[in-house]
Amino acid sequence: MMDRFHSQILELLREDSRRTPAVIATMLGVDEQAVKKAIDDLEKERVLVKYSAVVNWSKVDENKVTALIEVQITPERGRGFDAIAERIYLYPEVKTVYLMSGGYDLLVEVEGKSLMEVAAFVSNKLSPIDSVLSTKTHFILKKYKQDGVIFEDHEGDHRLVISP
Amino acid sequence: MNERVNTIKTMSDYLNPQVRAIPPSGIRRFFDMANASKDKDIITLGVGEPDFVTPWHIRDACVYSLERGKTTYTANAGMIELREAIADYLSSRFHVGYDPENEIIVTVGGSEAIDLALRALIAPGDEVLIPAPTYLPYEPITLLSGGVAVPVETRAEHSFKLQAEDLKAKLTPRSKVLILCYPSNPTGGIMSYEDWLPIARVVEEHDLIVISDEIYAELTYEGRHVSFASLPNMRDRTILVSGFAKAFAMTGWRMGYLCGHHELVSAMLKIHQYTVMCAPIMGQVAALEALRNGLEEMEKMVESYNRRRRLVVEGFRQIGLPCHEPQGAFYAFPDIRGTGLSSEEFAQRLLREAKVAVVPGHVFGLGGEGFIRCSYATSVNLLQQAIERIGKFISKL
Repeated sequence: MMDRFHSQILELLREDSRRTPAVIATMLGVDEQAVKKAIDDLEKERVLVKYSAVVNWSKVDENKVTALIEVQITPERGRGFDAIAERIYLYPEVKTVYLMSGGYDLLVEVEGKSLMEVAAFVSNKLSPIDSVLSTKTHFILKKYKQDGVIFEDHEGDHRLVISP
Repeated sequence: MNERVNTIKTMSDYLNPQVRAIPPSGIRRFFDMANASKDKDIITLGVGEPDFVTPWHIRDACVYSLERGKTTYTANAGMIELREAIADYLSSRFHVGYDPENEIIVTVGGSEAIDLALRALIAPGDEVLIPAPTYLPYEPITLLSGGVAVPVETRAEHSFKLQAEDLKAKLTPRSKVLILCYPSNPTGGIMSYEDWLPIARVVEEHDLIVISDEIYAELTYEGRHVSFASLPNMRDRTILVSGFAKAFAMTGWRMGYLCGHHELVSAMLKIHQYTVMCAPIMGQVAALEALRNGLEEMEKMVESYNRRRRLVVEGFRQIGLPCHEPQGAFYAFPDIRGTGLSSEEFAQRLLREAKVAVVPGHVFGLGGEGFIRCSYATSVNLLQQAIERIGKFISKL
């Protein structure tokens, strides 16, 4: 079902998920009903999974600590990495899980209120899982850019207000 | 007491009368007013340049060449690799062939190319036909060269396409040069192959020479751009002017070029070598990178303008401002005659009362009064807000 039309819609929603079907239809020069139907289909197929906001949490007065944890595991017979990945991603503290190529197997993003809380999650929940061979925890100190958005006030519009 | 030149003359009496005669740029006057307010809340649709920063690989190529010490002069006409790349690009995209050895000059922006062409062609009293409303510099540069600027009005009901009858009506025995700027700044109008043919016939019958400023060529949204030089028998009668600014988001680099018959080009090269010597090597390196590896990203930028173009045209339609559908460049040119205001009044009040900066159409010459130029090279959110503000402003008039 995915074609160029659908990719164009995804691209426009990824830039700004609050764009309405009417605006998207105008921008692409197509019928609004066609856009609505395509978005419905994309949602049903879970291609469009969620509409969320990119937040610069460092500007919010709230304790939040994020760590990226490299996890090495032994795959399970028959189910490979999927079963262990599931055991890990079901924890609500876990925000992201990727299967990786290279030096380790899973990259796990964990969020907590403090270093201690994240450390406790690793030692009490993650490491004890049978198939987990080793973990390496890296705490994020600063986010410069996320999802294509630069967080620092960066490269504003330097153009003249009026030019020929 | 300071020693002063003891004279009853004012300083302006020392000026060349041709320079004195050039009126201050209308756009500059309005710009000073817009900038003076320093109001952060102003949304500007007045900008004549892309809202993209030059793609990183192009900037990086320039940085890398600086690190390796590429800081010399180049050949007067520009680096031969760049001229070859320009020739390949023009032939593959617009089907016009030029010899990189002696038919192309790399210039300091399209602006220098226009200056060279007019200076090389015009003798005192020669008439230069300029379809209007149009980009501002053509007329003053014509005047500086001693020429006579003859505007030819284009109209909204023709989507601002040049009509052969209108052109013919302005021909005299002194008519020599026709300046074309399509896709058009400020109207967004374009000319198709069929639109061009009758114009080419007039050019041939009346033995005119054409300066075709095709700086917005890549920003053509309906069909492909048709270069005037690609029309039958027009190549040798045409000086093709273009550059990297609009297509590759490289305005500040000042990189342009011109192409034409080798005898014309060698004359222009004389002026170029005595005035600027050569275009800056840093810009040439960047331009070469743009042509070699930048086409894909350029096409993405064009698609992005196209989406915003549709949004703006639909936006003006919804707030009841008539607007011919612009098919090129990144300008919409809506008709504000229904408001009863002059374009200057409209733009000034819009800036003061609704905090949206646009350029009043009259600054673009004949046929511009009653219109405003709105650049849609700005973010979708700002465009939507600007149109909402313009809508509210109009409804209160």
